Amino acid sequence: MSLPSFDLLARGLWETVVMTGVSGFFSLVFGLPLGLVLVTTDRGGIFEATTVNRFLGAIVNALRSLPFIILLVAVIPLTRLIVGSAIGIAAAIVPLTIAAIPYFARIAEVSLREVPQGLIDAARAMGASRWTIIRDVLVPESLPSLVSGFTVTLVTLVGASAMAGAVGAGGLGDIAIRYGYQRFETGTMLAVVAILILLVSLLQWAGDAVARRIDHR
Amino acid sequence: MSATENGHSDMDEAAVVALTGVSRRFGDHPALDDISLSLHRGEILGLIGRSGAGKSTLIRCLNGLEKPDTGRVEIDGQDITPLSEQALQPVRRRIGMIFQHFNLLSSKTIADNVALPLKIAGQPEARRRARVMELLDLVGLADKAGAYPAQLSGGQKQRVGIARALAPDPLLLLSDEATSALDPETTHSILDLLRSVNRELGLTILMITHEIEVVRQIASRVVVLDQGRIVEEGPVARVLATPRSETTRSLVRSLSPMLPDTIAAQITPTGAQALLRLDVFGAQARQPFLSQISDLTGRPAHLVHGGLSDVQGEPFGRLFIALGTADPASVAKVVAAMTPLSAGVEVLGNVPSQL
Ligand SMILES: Nc1ncnc2c1ncn2[C@@H]1O[C@H](COP(=O)(O)OP(=O)(O)OP(=O)(O)O)[C@@H](O)[C@H]1O
Ligand SMILES: [Mg+2]
Repeated sequence: MSLPSFDLLARGLWETVVMTGVSGFFSLVFGLPLGLVLVTTDRGGIFEATTVNRFLGAIVNALRSLPFIILLVAVIPLTRLIVGSAIGIAAAIVPLTIAAIPYFARIAEVSLREVPQGLIDAARAMGASRWTIIRDVLVPESLPSLVSGFTVTLVTLVGASAMAGAVGAGGLGDIAIRYGYQRFETGTMLAVVAILILLVSLLQWAGDAVARRIDHR
Repeated sequence: MSATENGHSDMDEAAVVALTGVSRRFGDHPALDDISLSLHRGEILGLIGRSGAGKSTLIRCLNGLEKPDTGRVEIDGQDITPLSEQALQPVRRRIGMIFQHFNLLSSKTIADNVALPLKIAGQPEARRRARVMELLDLVGLADKAGAYPAQLSGGQKQRVGIARALAPDPLLLLSDEATSALDPETTHSILDLLRSVNRELGLTILMITHEIEVVRQIASRVVVLDQGRIVEEGPVARVLATPRSETTRSLVRSLSPMLPDTIAAQITPTGAQALLRLDVFGAQARQPFLSQISDLTGRPAHLVHGGLSDVQGEPFGRLFIALGTADPASVAKVVAAMTPLSAGVEVLGNVPSQL
C-alpha cells in the first residue's frame, strides 16, 4: 500500500472547497430570493401571483427531479458556452450551481413558510411595506432554519462535487476515482474518505453552531 | 340603537370608526352579516361573542387585514374599503393592534420589537430609542429592553405587545383577545394598564373578548355578536343587568351569583315560604330591600344568597330573598313592589322555613 501524496490530497481538498464554496455562494444568492418568490407569490402571500408561482414551481421541480449525474452531462453544451470548457473545476461549478439553486430554494421555502402568519399580520397591521416584511420579519424569523438548510445544501454540494470528479472536474472525487479506483491505491482512497468525513463534519458543526447562536426562539 | 342610550348621536362627527352594512362571507358561510357600528373618540368598546361569532373577522376589517364583501369601513372619516394594500399602510400606522398570541418577533430584542412601528414610520434612530424607553417605562419593562421575547412570561410579552401598539401614538387601539392566554391576575394587570392608557392618553380602544368579565372590568359600551350579527348593544351596566338577547343572557350568566345546589334542591311548590330572585343594578341597587319586603308582608325577610359587584362604578347584582311567607297575596304584593325597583324579579318556588 503506497502512501498518498500530501500535495495531491491538499490540491484535491482545495478544489472541492472551491467548487462547494462557489456553487454554494450562488445557491445562496439566487436560491434565497427564489425561495422568497415561491413563498410570497403563493396564494395569500404578500406578493400573491399564482401564475408566476406555478411557473417557477414547475421549473424548480423539473430541475430537482433530474439526478445530478444526468444534469452534469446534460448541461455540458451550456458549460462550454459559459466557461469555454467542459472539464475542470470552473466547468463543474456550472452544473453544481444549476442543481444547488433549486435545491436551496426549496429548503429556504420550507423555512420561510414556518414563519407564523400572525407575525406577518402583525407587521401588516403596523403598516409595514412588503419589503419591510421580508427584511424585518420573514428572513430574520427564519434565519436559524435558513442557516441549517444552507448547511445541508453545502454538505450535499460536497457530495455532488465528488460526483463531478467523475467527469474530470478535479477535487477529492476525481482523486478517489483516478488513484483509488483505477490504480487500486487503497491508501489514497482511505485518505480521501477520511478527508471527506472531516470536511462534512466540520461544515455541519459550524452550521449548527451558527444556527444555535442566532436562534432566540 | 337609540341615540340617548349610546349617549352619542348616530351621525357622530367624532366617530373614530364607523362601519356601515359590513358583510363578509367565507364560501357560503356568512362570518359578518350587515354590521353597522361606530366607536367614539376616547371610549372603550367591548365586543363580545362566542367562538366563531366573527369577532376577529370584524376587527381585521378595521385595519384592512380583511376586506368586507359589502359595506363601508371608515377610519377617522376616511373610507378604507377601496384602498390597496399600499394605500392602507398610512392608515394602519395610526392603528395599534394587540394579539392573543402576542406576535412578537423572536429574532428581535424587546426594544427592537417596540421600535419596529417607529422604524416603519421612518423615525430616526435616536428618537426611536428615546420613545422606546419611554414606552417600556410605561409598561414597567424598562429592565427587559435587551431581552428576547422567549425570555419573558406571557403577561410581560403582552405588555411588550401593548408598548409596540402604542409606539406610533395611535388614533385607535385594537385588541383581539389580548388577555385570553393569560391567568386572571395577569389579565387584571393588563386591563389596568389598558384602562390607564385610555384615561391618560384618551385613546379609543376596541376590546374583543369572549369573557364577559373583561367587558365588565374595562368597557363602557358593549356590542354582542352572534353568528356574524349584532344581537345587542348598549352601555355595559345596562346590558349586563338587563340582557335582552338570549346570547347575552348566557354570556352574562357566569357573572351573577347562582343559587347553591343545596338550596335549589329544597325548592318545592308547597314550602313554608316563597323564594324570590331579585336582579338589581344602578342607582336602585342599594335599596333597603329586606326591610321594604318585611314592611309589605309583616314577616322578617331573609337574604339567602347573592351579592353585588361593580360595573363601571355602578352596583350590579342578584339577591335571593326568602319572604317568610308563602301567602300568594303577600307574594304578589312584594313582586309588584319590587318590579319597578329592580332589573328582574322571579318567584323561584317555596322553601322550608329553616334553610
Ligand atoms: N380565512 C378564513 N377562511 C374561511 N373561514 C374563515 C376564515 N376566517 C374566519 N372564518 C370563519 O368565519 C367565522 C368567524 O371567524 P372569526 O375568526 O371571526 O371568529 P371569532 O369570533 O374571532 O372566534 P374565536 O373566538 O374562536 O376567535 C368562523 O366560522 C370561521 O370558521
Ligand atoms: Mg378570534
